[in-house]
Amino acid sequence: MMLLRLFLTFVGIGAIAFGGGYAVLPLFERIIVDQYEWFTRSELLDMLAVSQVTPGPIAINSATFIGFTLFGVLGAFLTTVGVVTVPSILITIVSVYRERFKNSKVVQAIFRGLRPALAGLIFASVYTLSPDVMVDQWSYILFLIFVLLLVKFRLHPILVILLSAFLGLIIYWP
Amino acid sequence: MKPSLPELFLSFLKIGAFTFGGGYAMIPLFEREFVKRYKYLSEDEFFDALVICQSLPGVIAVNFAVYIGLKLRGRFGALVSAIGVALPSFLIIMVIATFLFRYIDNEYVAAVFKGVRVSVIALVFTAGFRLFWRHRHLYGVFIALMTFTLVAIAYVHPFYVIVMMGAYGYLTTKIREVVSHDAS
Repeated sequence: MMLLRLFLTFVGIGAIAFGGGYAVLPLFERIIVDQYEWFTRSELLDMLAVSQVTPGPIAINSATFIGFTLFGVLGAFLTTVGVVTVPSILITIVSVYRERFKNSKVVQAIFRGLRPALAGLIFASVYTLSPDVMVDQWSYILFLIFVLLLVKFRLHPILVILLSAFLGLIIYWP
Repeated sequence: MKPSLPELFLSFLKIGAFTFGGGYAMIPLFEREFVKRYKYLSEDEFFDALVICQSLPGVIAVNFAVYIGLKLRGRFGALVSAIGVALPSFLIIMVIATFLFRYIDNEYVAAVFKGVRVSVIALVFTAGFRLFWRHRHLYGVFIALMTFTLVAIAYVHPFYVIVMMGAYGYLTTKIREVVSHDAS
């Protein structure tokens, strides 16, 4: 029963995961942390970090991670297949009506609302995840440094994560 | 010229295994492999595929694999392409997942992740900020602000907010069309 629920949950997440990458985070947070309490916010962030530094799409990496941690190989298989089920069906349908879809006024109009909403959604995640991450003055200093490195100096995300691992070890050395 | 199923599988497997930084980092590699190197697709066909894959929900790299696989080799093409692009992630993550939560209580590992979590928040914030900056006109800021308030403060489920904002985009565009049509 739990396996079926896990699969259906990821089918649902895949169906509404517009924007890819970090846009799935707000969905994971609400559904997997708050609704089903399968993981804590910190664990979700740890999995996201690993998903970013390993090759492959972040959403697939984190889906596999979540499924595997909960129910082993079968769980990983169900979450990964689940998250791509609805999009794959949609692509199969859309590829038949390619031209009509591409030039569709309806799709363009919907996306006019959807794109800025994704920004709001991602900010909402930053807001709700912060209390578990911003634990002392060091967190705020590091946060500012990392944002600066990413935006101003366009440092690669993987390098930023590796740097943060190094700094974390030094600052919080037991 | 069309690739065989094993060729298609290997092309996607290679890109899935060696691209760091998520789905968007894969797009230039898809282009190099399928348009420039093997000429399976024209530049226009590639761009069409990209537009369509970005307009649908899901994982962009897998969407792309399904679309291209379908176009070049039908249903089985779609299947082997999707498996190819996702398989490396699947295997690598299972290996890492086996170890991560076993050592997370180690105080050195815990120290590392205390730093790493901050960088993930910074990454997520930056992704949101870039998206926000592209839509910083009044209409975009209003939608972003509404979404933030509904999800973070009023705690509405993201699903409803996504549907709501899509509908809002559709309706406002429609209304504007009708109004400007009447005026002219």
